[in-house]
Amino acid sequence: MIINGVTIDATFAEAFPMKATRAIITAQNEKWALISGQAMTGFATSVIACGCEGSIERILEPSETPDGRPGVSIMIFAMGGKGLAKQLETRAGQCVLTSPTAALFAGIDGGIRIPLGKNLRYFGDGFQVSKQISGKRYWRIPVMDGEFLAEATTGQVDAIGGGNFLVLAESQPQALAACEAAIEEMRKIPNVIMPFPGGVVRSGSKVGSKYKTLGASTNDAFCPTLKGMTKTELSPEIESVMEIVIDGLTKEDIAMAMRVGIQAVCDLGAQNGIKRISAGNYGGKLGPFHFHLQEIMA
Amino acid sequence: MSALTFTLKHRTDQRVDMSPLVCHLLKDLALADIGALTLQSGKRKLRVDELFAINGSDTQNIIIKNSVDNLDFIGKELDGGCISVVGDAGAYLGFGMKTGELKVSGNAGLYAACEMKKGYLEIAGNAGDFLGAALPGNKMGMKGGTILVKGNVGQRAGDHMRRGNILIEGNAGDYCGSRMTAGTIAVMGQTGRYLGYAMRRGTLLLWNQPQLSASFNDCGAHTLAFLPILFASFKPLNSRFSDATSAFNRVQRYAGDMSEMGRGEVLVKL
Repeated sequence: MIINGVTIDATFAEAFPMKATRAIITAQNEKWALISGQAMTGFATSVIACGCEGSIERILEPSETPDGRPGVSIMIFAMGGKGLAKQLETRAGQCVLTSPTAALFAGIDGGIRIPLGKNLRYFGDGFQVSKQISGKRYWRIPVMDGEFLAEATTGQVDAIGGGNFLVLAESQPQALAACEAAIEEMRKIPNVIMPFPGGVVRSGSKVGSKYKTLGASTNDAFCPTLKGMTKTELSPEIESVMEIVIDGLTKEDIAMAMRVGIQAVCDLGAQNGIKRISAGNYGGKLGPFHFHLQEIMA
Repeated sequence: MSALTFTLKHRTDQRVDMSPLVCHLLKDLALADIGALTLQSGKRKLRVDELFAINGSDTQNIIIKNSVDNLDFIGKELDGGCISVVGDAGAYLGFGMKTGELKVSGNAGLYAACEMKKGYLEIAGNAGDFLGAALPGNKMGMKGGTILVKGNVGQRAGDHMRRGNILIEGNAGDYCGSRMTAGTIAVMGQTGRYLGYAMRRGTLLLWNQPQLSASFNDCGAHTLAFLPILFASFKPLNSRFSDATSAFNRVQRYAGDMSEMGRGEVLVKL
């Protein structure tokens, strides 16, 4: 398959089951909501070493938030429910409770309930106040700037992590420009996040390593500097490869995000140095969800 | 199906216990069976069809017409369904109500919504003393749900209240929110003496500055984030509380009752 001169490989992205949650952070203005959201989802690029994958899903208008202030919705993904709950609580406590004017609300009403402000309330040292409004429990925790308002719980749902595609380009700037265009479009899709810095990862990994202690290592088949010394997947003109990883609530959400992302890359086309779109296919070793690129773009 | 309607034929000399006439107890009963039920009135037992003209068939939607203030226990332990009272209601309206909707077009007597657990109670007129309170000797009043009173309420509204909302468009009598354990009482009008007497936790949300006891301490003026959420929850109500112009988030906060646990608060609109 070729779109605007860009070859779409006959391969698939391999993804795996995860647990996910969503929270809504509001603040006095969008600037502080973003700061809080960025802090909460900082160091959350990959479950390999961060414990979770997280990012800001989108910016929310005041009309979309529970307290009518500007906000952001953030999503966090982890391999298991216990780990997810731990990450959520730790990050909420260190990054939102501490953030000036911030308030924290559930972003998923259904699913298994996991603590959001339920245990953070003890920071109030007995001065915390509970309010149950329309069936939801909120905690008002006195802090030095006023009150930190946090909903007691949020929902945990089954999700999918590791959807991805690779952008193969003639130069590093061209690969990055294409990925930036893709991320801009993909951020419009609900229920997905691209957890790596700016949504883009330059160090795609393969499963396993020659070093027994490592579970993942550099994807040498796609490293342009190794073209002459490994079983490469790259043709001579490819000088840079970048990857976009997608975590989403459902297979359909990830497929939709991949579609708009790949389309944005292909719109730049071969004339902008984009040669191929491929995907992280680990031969079925990584996970049960397979996103076939050509089917997605059909 | 039209609403099951009980039209009072005449006012009795003695008070009447209306507790058998609730939706969940009448479910699957034929009209004749309903008419044959008996209601306690003083030391007599009266057949329902002796006291009321009965029309309609929808037992989950009951209307009591010509209602007067000696019909007690209307909607007692109501567990689903809807009861509309046209006229006044006696004491213990919605006593121990579990869920469902209860509306009164007139006034309600003592102990309305006493130990209410859940559901919605609307009183278009005034309510008597001990609205949403606990029975004498009991320690837990209203445990959930919402009460809306468009008129005034008597003394000790929300006595021993534990959870839920009491919304009063008019004035509240003395001892409003006394011995409250938690929950919210909002009063748009004036409040009487001894507001929040011995309250432990909970919120008294006021539109007008009250006369506060010395055991309430001023915590200053604040903008509270939970208030917009609270007001948003009132939006579905047919009330001045649902009016966007009634909402505010800037309040003077008083903590009390310091002679008790002192974790309660009186929030006064600024």
